[in-house]
Amino acid sequence: MPRTHLGSMAPLYGLVLAGGQSTRMGRDKAALEFDGLSALERAFSLVDARCEQSFISVSRAQGDDPLRNGFPRIEDRHGSVGPADGILSAQLSHPHAAWLVVACDLPLLDAATLDALVARRGTERTVTAFRSTEDGLPEPLCAIYEPASHARLEAFFAGGMNCPRKMLMRLDIGLLEQPRLGALDNVNAPADLEHMHFATHNRRLKTLDIEYFALFRERAGTDRETVRLGASTPEELFELLSERHAGLEPLRNMKVAVNDEMVAMTTLLRDGDTVLFFPPVSGG
Amino acid sequence: MFSISERELDTSMLERALANDGAGAQVVFEGRVRNANQGRDVTRLDYEAHAGMALKEGQRILDAAREQFAILHALAVHRVGSLAIGECAVWVGVSATHRDAAFLACRYIIDELKSGLPIWKKEHYADGDSGWVGCEYDTHERVSSQG
Repeated sequence: MPRTHLGSMAPLYGLVLAGGQSTRMGRDKAALEFDGLSALERAFSLVDARCEQSFISVSRAQGDDPLRNGFPRIEDRHGSVGPADGILSAQLSHPHAAWLVVACDLPLLDAATLDALVARRGTERTVTAFRSTEDGLPEPLCAIYEPASHARLEAFFAGGMNCPRKMLMRLDIGLLEQPRLGALDNVNAPADLEHMHFATHNRRLKTLDIEYFALFRERAGTDRETVRLGASTPEELFELLSERHAGLEPLRNMKVAVNDEMVAMTTLLRDGDTVLFFPPVSGG
Repeated sequence: MFSISERELDTSMLERALANDGAGAQVVFEGRVRNANQGRDVTRLDYEAHAGMALKEGQRILDAAREQFAILHALAVHRVGSLAIGECAVWVGVSATHRDAAFLACRYIIDELKSGLPIWKKEHYADGDSGWVGCEYDTHERVSSQG
């Protein structure tokens, strides 16, 4: 779907990085299925909905791969391993375009996150990128690269640097905060996949019985309620409940029990669970 | 055995229940409602519990004490409801052949009960104000909101 762009802004093209070797996963990450779509198809449709043209980035060896054959492709020119080659090759093939670059191994990536990125594009930024919630560093594999970034990136690459994150650190760009935590979590090992697979499905609506105790009961104005919400974990659930009850806010050292067992705030919830929110205890 | 009581504790009855002819030592701790906290005059305390989970966790703590220390018997009771100044809010009793194990086990149990039971207390102050202990929404307690 073409997107109209303002005066001096370069047209936005999409690039899904699918040239990795998936060494740690042990199988092709682009082919992993989420919600009935391959990771590659899913990433491509998210990106393509926001760009005038979209491509996937492939290595030379992947030229005949059946999964990748169905997409417009840009082959790595330098033949090196790693995403920087893919980004540079795309910039060389269409130098007038800005590139929305997305890795194919981000199964939790959502439209809201990409929209936030596109909305914050500006001529003053050579690269528009999010700040990692883990280490505060730039997230290079869900970012928009303006045409003006090419010369600097190419110089870094020629100088032996092939890590795009390090390149962005050197560019001194302002980083954006992610609108949705966890949207850029990537999947490298089969265990990540299992957890995420569950988490993606787990955002579906579920019926939950909530019980509040002590301060939380007073702040919620009720000791129990039944809700139907798409929260994946008690942490997410409490955030949604805080939006419904003005005085309710999370407390450090709060605890949660699911079906009468104490659990971590990041435990995955299931339909029909009873969730008990405990403020910090003060017995004795 | 761990229990929760809505009525005033009969501490002499609890001590008799703990008594054992083989015990050379019996250590009892009574946690009582104090008339002041952090510089404010306190008039009474309301205790609230998730009874089912508190009973389960309290029993687990007593069982852990019996495994870790050479004791003969351990009993504990926690009050819920509205308590006046001077009332006993929590009672812990341990009997053992020798005093060292009894002291250590008693200390262990009260510390674990205070930090682990789903029980909350609300202080009522002389000026009419009230507050849940350890859970005020001040700048130190509040979790910074992200995203």
